[in-house]
Amino acid sequence: MNSSLKASIIDAHQRRDRLHPYEVLPWLTAALIFFLFPQFLNLGAHVLVTIIFVLSMDLLIGYAGIVTLGHAAFYGAGAYAAGILCVSAGINEPFTGLAVGTIVGGVVGILSGLMILRTRGLALLILSLALLLLLQEAANQASAWTGGADGLSGMSMAPLFGKYRFGLDGKVIYLYSLGVLFVCWLFLRMLLATPFGRSVVGIRENAVRMAAIGANVRRRELAIFTIAAAMAGLAGALAAQIDQFVSLNMLSFELSGMVLVILALGGVSRLYGAFLGTPVFFIAQDYLSKDNPVYWNFWLGLLLVAIVLFARGGVLGILARGFGRMRLQPAASSALSQARS
Amino acid sequence: MALFQTVLGVLLHGLAYAMVLYLISVGLSVTMGLLGIANLAHGIFAMAGGYLTMTLLSAQGWSLPLALAVSFLGIATLGAIMERLLYARLHGASELDQVLFSIGLIFIGTAAFQYVFGPLAIRVSLPAALRGAISFGEFSFPTYRALLIVSGVAVFAALWLSIEHTLIGARVRATVENPTMAKTLGVNTRLLYTGVFALGSGLAALGGSLGAELIPLFPNYASVHLASFLIVVAVGGLGTIKGPFFAAILLGVADTACKLIAPDMAAFFTYAAVFAILTVKPNGLFGIAK
Repeated sequence: MNSSLKASIIDAHQRRDRLHPYEVLPWLTAALIFFLFPQFLNLGAHVLVTIIFVLSMDLLIGYAGIVTLGHAAFYGAGAYAAGILCVSAGINEPFTGLAVGTIVGGVVGILSGLMILRTRGLALLILSLALLLLLQEAANQASAWTGGADGLSGMSMAPLFGKYRFGLDGKVIYLYSLGVLFVCWLFLRMLLATPFGRSVVGIRENAVRMAAIGANVRRRELAIFTIAAAMAGLAGALAAQIDQFVSLNMLSFELSGMVLVILALGGVSRLYGAFLGTPVFFIAQDYLSKDNPVYWNFWLGLLLVAIVLFARGGVLGILARGFGRMRLQPAASSALSQARS
Repeated sequence: MALFQTVLGVLLHGLAYAMVLYLISVGLSVTMGLLGIANLAHGIFAMAGGYLTMTLLSAQGWSLPLALAVSFLGIATLGAIMERLLYARLHGASELDQVLFSIGLIFIGTAAFQYVFGPLAIRVSLPAALRGAISFGEFSFPTYRALLIVSGVAVFAALWLSIEHTLIGARVRATVENPTMAKTLGVNTRLLYTGVFALGSGLAALGGSLGAELIPLFPNYASVHLASFLIVVAVGGLGTIKGPFFAAILLGVADTACKLIAPDMAAFFTYAAVFAILTVKPNGLFGIAK
């Protein structure tokens, strides 16, 4: 490989890691909603929390290529950890709850990952599902701690920074969720640009080759699994705090399925798929289930089938293909022909 | 004597439940092994078959054998059409796409059945001949469950004989083992896929119909029981006839026993056991390592 081509490849990689002007759009939108649509702040906070959860799943499914059905296990574990901490231990400082939820999610992740990641394909799907159902049953049975099927209520959070109360207008929970989301986004953005982040994508593309060039595939997969689990735990803890309620639904297969759907809708392994898919999902759900929730499920199913058959990559995938046809493709092909000659 | 009767009761009741699980899951196991598609929506076929049979029984007043036959053929045809139109496009698709696609089908199926039949479980009306019990001295066992055991074992025997001792069976085994080689040797794999998918769907319909009293028919059937069906397939091992049979017996009897000993913890123990088995043997108890 000649040195100028090598330099241009390195340059292209660095350019990809640099912040793009478009990346300010989600934050701009979030700010606009805060000032222009105060009636939607409660819903908005739930959208923001779900984005964090979807991001953690994108890290696992999109970037690491590990398809699971049980990601809600870590979300639920984080939620119950934060809930029990508040109700039973009486520690109701929000950031402590977030930290505990993150740690519990990560610990459940690393312990289950040690077993789940030994397998592939169907076995992995079922093991992850079994883990989720196992935790759900455990939460259902340990009703002294978790409230069982009635859910865990009676959480009352201390004011944020000792000052801002979780009010009914949703202002505090919206900004709180937005802040946590921003930190998560920053973390992911940086993580994916590190050699470790790149190697995880490499393992997704070709695990054998990554092992051949000296990467410890199992250890890296376990690391990314744990990080994704911890982030899901964080999202769960945040959800528990802003709802001041934890239910068995947070440990359900339906929730795992919903997040998968959002990811498919927005676009997998694109980071911004979560930012786009989640609000689209919430708005569509609101609009389509107004008359009858049955119709909503029907259209959702139809949409999923259509995405898989005709529009792989979701909304962002379609956009990327559309723009690619206009702009990226000629550039790529000219670079290719240069490299060949 | 009382203990013996209890143990026998648990075994037989467990076996009856196991045969329903087997009828529904065997098609899933073979199609997954053959086509390599993670079809999470398999339960839809069982549910559709069950609804069809019950409608024919109660609304049309058909006899049970006739209703079962029509349901089997109807759902098998539906399976063949769906394989040709939809599943055929999923060959070689990523695991994520297969999961998303089949979750989509579950949503559609659930919504469609809820729209037509309402959200509640439908009433199962068994023929009078099946409502009684068979007695041996002091021990008695419901006729209906005896029928489940007999039909499950009969289907297993028929499938096992045809897969081990017929030419079509040999073609199926060859294609599970190595599709490219089978194709090269002149096996019409395309037709084989459709045929096996249709048979699997039909058997699921049979299981859904016969098992309707044990596993109630309601719109969320496919997602609620997804884990049970998948567990039978995974523990048994993909692509075999024998694997899901013994896995279903294991699951059915263990589940029934747990429900008797510690009703609250039955589900917990089942999932813990599955977790342990699959961690130690990821290809299942009878699976072929691939």
